[in-house]
Amino acid sequence: MNVCVTALGPMENSEVDPRFGRCAYFVFFNLHTRAVEAVKNPNVEASGGAGIQSAQLVASRAAIVVTGHLGPNAFKTLNAAGISMFSGATGTVKEAVAAYEAGKLARATAPDSASKSGIAS
Amino acid sequence: MIIAVASGKGGTGKTTVAVNLALVLEKVDFFDSDVEEPNAHLFLKPDIKITSEVAVPVPVIDAGNCTGCGKCAEVCAYHALAVIPHPGKKSQVLVFPHLCHACGACSLLCPAGAIREEARNIGVIEEGECGNIRFLHGKMNVGEVLSPTIIRRLKGKVRPDAVTIIDAPPGTSCPVVAAIRGVDFCVLVTEPTPFGLHDLTLAVDVVRQMKIPFGVVINRAGLGNDAAEDYCRAEKIPVLAKILFDREIAVRYSTGDTLADKSPEMAKIFTELYQNICQVKNEADRCS
Repeated sequence: MNVCVTALGPMENSEVDPRFGRCAYFVFFNLHTRAVEAVKNPNVEASGGAGIQSAQLVASRAAIVVTGHLGPNAFKTLNAAGISMFSGATGTVKEAVAAYEAGKLARATAPDSASKSGIAS
Repeated sequence: MIIAVASGKGGTGKTTVAVNLALVLEKVDFFDSDVEEPNAHLFLKPDIKITSEVAVPVPVIDAGNCTGCGKCAEVCAYHALAVIPHPGKKSQVLVFPHLCHACGACSLLCPAGAIREEARNIGVIEEGECGNIRFLHGKMNVGEVLSPTIIRRLKGKVRPDAVTIIDAPPGTSCPVVAAIRGVDFCVLVTEPTPFGLHDLTLAVDVVRQMKIPFGVVINRAGLGNDAAEDYCRAEKIPVLAKILFDREIAVRYSTGDTLADKSPEMAKIFTELYQNICQVKNEADRCS
């Protein structure tokens, strides 16, 4: 099972990117094999719909999302796809995965940031 | 004649110029096309008689007929549709009406005919009068993005024979282009500051590309430097009027008061502005 962590870089020791739709990288972490695979986010500069596009990209590759914040459209799309969402992650990708595995992250049950809030931050 | 008042930079005095120009003309149609933040009504205080909704068609998915093929999301340029795969079951289509630009591609191209369109209100057009001025403005609902659509609907109410003033939105992007497209003349209001000049040059690029005759009004003259006037001279752009940087004007503005109907000196500035507009427009017509 894959966990997707939004990150500023493509590595396990990259910092978590608090934005979901416009994060720099999606780092996919396989909980069984511990293998890491990163995908550069093509939606960073989308004029609109970044959260929806990113959610579709992630939904095809992971069952769990770990990020900082989720906007309304990303939340709606991931929720429809049945993806478990955890927000409030900080530190490195590795630390975020460890926090998830230790049950320290809160499950997101509603969006916690506004549309467009990930632009140019 | 349709005269648009635009600026590039916001807050240079578009509405002040547009409103007071309207006040010195005998009979005029006034359109506030800054539908994201209309404010001319604060000064003209029109009696609004007619309010009409502006609606756009947005897709509604018939889940029964939808095959989940994904064609709709594929053709949507604004990502207003998402197709969510559910392994072993039919894919699910999500609609995000706020992102929809109402182009109609999804409903036209759906192979299953599973998309119908539903009207969604994005704002209103209000029409009324204040004295001899026929007043119209658009108001976009909070959170909407399709201001050019509302501006085009608003301009659909322009009467071909009437002298018309269009107060344009700030900036140089789609809403401004929608507001000034097809006008006979464009007044660009600037202020003598580096920021005012910078955005004036962008606005000049727009009106030149759109081949609209134009001139400049320098508002708050005396503030800042002479760079805006130097620029106009170098570019052979007529300066139609100068309005001094004056505390009295600012005080009046802050209380929603007007200028041209309150003092003969102010009336003279805007009367001459209109004469200069007509003169520059006539010269442009002769040259073309």
